[in-house]
Amino acid sequence: MILATSSSPHTKNNLSITAIMMWVAATLLPGLVALIHFFGWGYLINSLIAILIAFVSEAFILKLRKRPVIKTLTDGSALLTGLFIGLSLPGYAPWWIPVVASLFAIIFIKQLYGGLGQNLFNPAMGAFALVLISFPLPMTTSWAAPQGLNGIERLDITQQIEITFSGSPDIFDGITMATPLDHYKTNIKNKTADELLKTDEFANGPLYGIFWVNLAFLFGGLLLIMKKIITWHAPAGVIAGVTIMSLIFSSDPDIHMPISLHLMGGATMLGAFFIATDPATTATSNKGKIIFGLGVGMFTYIIRTWGNFPDAIAFSILIMNFAAPFIDYYSRPRVYGKSGSMKGFALKDDYK
Amino acid sequence: MSILTAILVLLLLASLFGALLGYSAVRFKPEGDPVVAQIDALLPQTQCGQCGYPGCKPYATAIANGDAINKCPPGGMATVEAIASLLDVDIVPLDAETEDNPTQLVAVIREDECIGCTKCIQACPVDAILGAAKLMHTVIESECTGCDLCLEPCPVDCIDMVEVPKTIHSWSWTAPVSQNSEVKIIATDGDRH
Amino acid sequence: MNKSNKLWRLHGGIHPAQMKELSNRTPIGQIPRPKEIILPLNHSNGAIATPCVKVGDHVNKGQLVATFNIPVATKIHASLSGRVTAIEPRIIAHISGLPALSIIIKTDDSDEESFLPKIENWSAMSNDQLISRIEEAGIAGLGGAGFPTQIKYRSHAPINTLIVNGVECEPYITSDDVLMREYSAQIIEGTLIALKMLSAKQALIAIEDNKPEAIAAITSELTRLSPSNIELRVIPTKYPSGGERQLIYILTGQEVGSGNIPASLGIVVQNVGTIYAIRQAIIDGEPLTQRVITLTGTAVANAGNYWVPIGTQIQHIIDATTPELIPHEVIMGGPMMGFDVPSTHAPVSKVTNCLLIPAKNELPRRSEDKACIRCGLCEQVCPVNLLPQKLYWNSKHHEWEQAELNSLFDCIECGACSWVCPSEIPLVQYYRFAKSEIKKEHVEKVKSDQARKRFEDRQKRLEKLALEKDAKRKARAAAAAKAQANKETDVESKLGDQAKADILASLARVKAKKPKTEQPPKDADTLRLAWESAEEVVLKAKNKLKIAETENTATVSALVTALGKLETRAKKAKEAWMTASTPNNNHDGESE
Repeated sequence: MILATSSSPHTKNNLSITAIMMWVAATLLPGLVALIHFFGWGYLINSLIAILIAFVSEAFILKLRKRPVIKTLTDGSALLTGLFIGLSLPGYAPWWIPVVASLFAIIFIKQLYGGLGQNLFNPAMGAFALVLISFPLPMTTSWAAPQGLNGIERLDITQQIEITFSGSPDIFDGITMATPLDHYKTNIKNKTADELLKTDEFANGPLYGIFWVNLAFLFGGLLLIMKKIITWHAPAGVIAGVTIMSLIFSSDPDIHMPISLHLMGGATMLGAFFIATDPATTATSNKGKIIFGLGVGMFTYIIRTWGNFPDAIAFSILIMNFAAPFIDYYSRPRVYGKSGSMKGFALKDDYK
Repeated sequence: MSILTAILVLLLLASLFGALLGYSAVRFKPEGDPVVAQIDALLPQTQCGQCGYPGCKPYATAIANGDAINKCPPGGMATVEAIASLLDVDIVPLDAETEDNPTQLVAVIREDECIGCTKCIQACPVDAILGAAKLMHTVIESECTGCDLCLEPCPVDCIDMVEVPKTIHSWSWTAPVSQNSEVKIIATDGDRH
Repeated sequence: MNKSNKLWRLHGGIHPAQMKELSNRTPIGQIPRPKEIILPLNHSNGAIATPCVKVGDHVNKGQLVATFNIPVATKIHASLSGRVTAIEPRIIAHISGLPALSIIIKTDDSDEESFLPKIENWSAMSNDQLISRIEEAGIAGLGGAGFPTQIKYRSHAPINTLIVNGVECEPYITSDDVLMREYSAQIIEGTLIALKMLSAKQALIAIEDNKPEAIAAITSELTRLSPSNIELRVIPTKYPSGGERQLIYILTGQEVGSGNIPASLGIVVQNVGTIYAIRQAIIDGEPLTQRVITLTGTAVANAGNYWVPIGTQIQHIIDATTPELIPHEVIMGGPMMGFDVPSTHAPVSKVTNCLLIPAKNELPRRSEDKACIRCGLCEQVCPVNLLPQKLYWNSKHHEWEQAELNSLFDCIECGACSWVCPSEIPLVQYYRFAKSEIKKEHVEKVKSDQARKRFEDRQKRLEKLALEKDAKRKARAAAAAKAQANKETDVESKLGDQAKADILASLARVKAKKPKTEQPPKDADTLRLAWESAEEVVLKAKNKLKIAETENTATVSALVTALGKLETRAKKAKEAWMTASTPNNNHDGESE
């Protein structure tokens, strides 16, 4: 009789790509819920638009590349990219912003680089950067003020849909607001930190809301670490990077943002736990991940403090994506039985 | 006046750098032509002449002088790729109709029919045939490169090219066939990390 | 040395489903005697053993039947008594499915033994005597590679620690577990013998914490005997803690250098089954003729451990335990590092520790592989701290040099990376492929260097010959000219004056008569006569050839050649005649 033959091992773990993607999507949900609760239905609408366009554009490009469509779509990565885009864009962004972002992320950053696992940059962050630079007005004036607080009324979903699909970047002033970091940065010039933090906007306003959002993402991230889908190295690096830079440079909260605002006032937790840990674009070894995270944290601080943009996670991630292959070359693990690890590009014959 | 100075200065600089270059050309002149030896190291040393040259070293010299790199069937695409990466030229598909990575063949003399004429011994480029006039000829299997130059001279046609038999010892794992990324359309399909 | 019971944590590792309870609930059983024993004579490095019995011989159990002439192979003994019926190629347990030359013994029930003499007091014997006994008994490492045990004991490096490996980290396999439960006394005894042979200071018996009965058995035995130099170490269950280098690290915190052997650290690791076999060889004189094999998998009815004679066909074991079973797959070894057996007619060997026959959907199998998502889980679990992802890319793109420098040959092929990969990529197969391609390249490079050298030597030889020929020719020409000159003076000096004058005169006459170039061309008649006589000679030669052909003498070929030459000459003569008959007279001497 002919018996089956194949290479060992003859068994496998039960964690597939789809399972990993689903877990990441699931742990993003608390953050999404917090965003919707505090900043309106816009985040849900944007996410849905982005996810839909992600699926459609991926199906289209897969057909062009002659790859199996259904099999690839069901691995969940398009879903995840759409979700990240929806979480990053402002709540009142017109509908074509998530469409453009999603198209660019899937077609150019992901598929044309070779598909799943082959992209050099994080698709969602690359798309965010594109949209931010190409359409600065909608991207800077569509940030939602926290609803249900401070006298700002809560918009229901039909009103939100109307805003989104009206296509016009002009939205009533009363319900938009700068992001918390931006607000702090502009107003710290006139007030002291204590005074600023006591104002309505912060005490009951954006900081209050955004704090809960970050907490939700932190919770989701810790869950992922427990499930061993990501490791603690990259998130720890990001948080450490931001904290260390703050400690060195921002001892005076009257001039710069305090550490708490850095960590909980922007997209830091989302970036640390979900974006810096994106497997395809982060460094490979654990040592490398820490360095990667530190770099992200450092650049985030630099751009926030001395750069033009209020929240810099996207750009820091993109810069470190550039550097990830280089970091890989210099952070190889030490192989059992060999002394020291091999550094650099040139592979040395005498690595023993 | 200033023009004269300028010209003088330029002349001085030119002669200075010229002298430096000339000195370097003489002092650091490479011994022989190491590229040829490097190319020869990549060729399979079958010495069969299918490339049109009488041996692998002459072909290596020809490649160093600009000849095509795809003329060696026993080396296969692996050799073409290795030479291409050494000389930083484009990879071209193999010249001949022979398929890539042919199985290793060795010559075997049917000893009942051998007439001891030594024609095959004279033809073998690596002296892999043992024998003398009017005495039995036999191929030393471990030295035979499979070039089949001995087949033609034999007047009684008693030499066969046979495949080296596969044993448990020579068995090895094959590369796994990947289900994805077999279709190469965009430039990033294939050899990207 | 580990005095403080400290354990180090192995980097990486996985926790696959254990499945040990399928086979560890029953004591070691026996199977009925197989009708045939197949003993392959091949070694993994290509060497073939020489049988010392011939077809038709009767052999006793434990009798030596074949030896290798290389030191890295063990002697082969008959596992059961019987008659040698054949020495022929048979399918063996190798994944290629190719046959190997084997000794086939048809067993009988005489059960006569030809064991080595028992040793009553082994502690009085010298180490060399004990180690020679191990060699005579054909003891091999039963933990996996089958390395001849005596070589480890003859190492020149001083050894201070013996590690007895009872870890058995792979799922499904329980043979070491039950051996320790039932033969703990013998194992301790074997450990003491091994300590003496190594002149080592201490022994550590390592067991995973998922084997409480074995731990209890060994502990009670150690308590009873209280040897001062043997300690038990219980280590946490993790695959692959049982690998030699990994276990050394867990127990001692030391790492065996890449490319080195544990003896370089003064450590020797022996499988528990090997220790038992050593004890049997020394005290009972028993060569390695049987071993405990786990038969497991939910497709098997009487799963458990059995004493199996080496060389028993797998089909016989299946028939003895689950008669109606038609297996779709038989794995020799465990699910992580075992290989698929090509046929159930293959025999078990000294290193077979388990036969796993899974039901169709029992093991979660890899399906189609997907794109690598670079999740890095493979690197998290690698026990050697490699970067499997990097090695995967190197192997896929045939970057052999890079793969080697990324420490490909340090990979122990444990399969943890492939097990954990969410994209179901067959990583271990890629590495095995890469390793074999690199080895092939090395072999080919040696071969092509050899061919180049032979080619260049041949060129030199031919040049030398050509030069010599040239020199000889010149020397000959010079000698001939000299001889010619000498001849004339010679002749002149020998003769008297009158004779000289006569000769000179006749020479002059001849010269006057002779001018070839001035001679009128031969007329057609002379040439025709020449041609006809040439044809006669040809006819005579043809007759001679016919006679020789009918008598089939050895001169046929020579005659054929001669005939050819004569025919050519006749043809030329004819041509000459025909040319002379026409009004054209350009005929220089013959060429050739």
